[in-house]
Amino acid sequence: MKRLWVALLLVSSAAFAVDTTVLPDPELQQRYEALTHELRCMQCMNNSIADSPVGLASDLRRDVKELLETGKTDDEIRAYMVQRYGNVILFTPPMSGSSAWVWILPALAAIAGLLIGVRIVRRRTSLVDQDESVVDSEEKAQ
Amino acid sequence: MNRFVLPVVVFLALAGVLYIGVRHSPNKSTMVSALLGKPAPPFELPVLGDPARKFNSRELAGRPWVLNVWGTWCGECRVEHDTLLAIAQQNRVPLVGLNWKDDDEAAQQWLTQLGNPYGVVAADREGRTAINFGVYGAPETFFIDADGMVQYRHVGAMTAEVWQREFLSRLPKAGMP
Repeated sequence: MKRLWVALLLVSSAAFAVDTTVLPDPELQQRYEALTHELRCMQCMNNSIADSPVGLASDLRRDVKELLETGKTDDEIRAYMVQRYGNVILFTPPMSGSSAWVWILPALAAIAGLLIGVRIVRRRTSLVDQDESVVDSEEKAQ
Repeated sequence: MNRFVLPVVVFLALAGVLYIGVRHSPNKSTMVSALLGKPAPPFELPVLGDPARKFNSRELAGRPWVLNVWGTWCGECRVEHDTLLAIAQQNRVPLVGLNWKDDDEAAQQWLTQLGNPYGVVAADREGRTAINFGVYGAPETFFIDADGMVQYRHVGAMTAEVWQREFLSRLPKAGMP
């Protein structure tokens, strides 16, 4: 029964897939799928070109496929897209220039949060020590 | 008192970052072309209505020109069409149309019915020239200077005000050679 459900799910997701391109070389196919999932469909901001049915996305997928077939590396294909559409086409912005702060800021926030957390824990543990000493002295007094 | 200062500062900093994020979220009016200040990608495409003839963008080398990307499937292109006709009447700068992923017949009918503002229309049937220009939604209008550099890109319907402010202002002063 479980297998049937899994099979049904697989069939239905394939039926709803926007992109049905299959490259003959499995390694190229894998790189094709990875690249089309990390490039933004420029017309529908938060979809990748792999998930978008609009015309421009299918044209960009065609370009990715052709560039792969002519032996371009992944980085060369990303550069091809950035040269035309700018960094915004990459879901993962580069760590240089004006987009560096989107990498630095979360790291700084995480460190700040950690420091604040450590301070709170330290303060509370020291309070527990004081409580125990009071209880101790009361017990002694009895 | 002191213990409230840090949370308030952190809150204001966070609010500031989010405000900038909301104000600068990529939308049609704020996206700057990646091609600004760079050479316009050269192209050679069949001329709409005369496919035996090819239009090569090098024909316009040495003088400023304007490229308008349009299609009959594009609603905003209909909105800007009258403005383009008025611009063509001024006859200040060559206006080239890039008919993007369209049907020859529909495109010709559009120009016959509404009037043709373009000096020449190049038919980009596979959308490759549009991708080279980083086009993501029609209409888009590019200003290319005499050195072949992309100086400005307007996304969305052209208006008389944008034309005056961003395009005419980039033309060399009249009387210059």
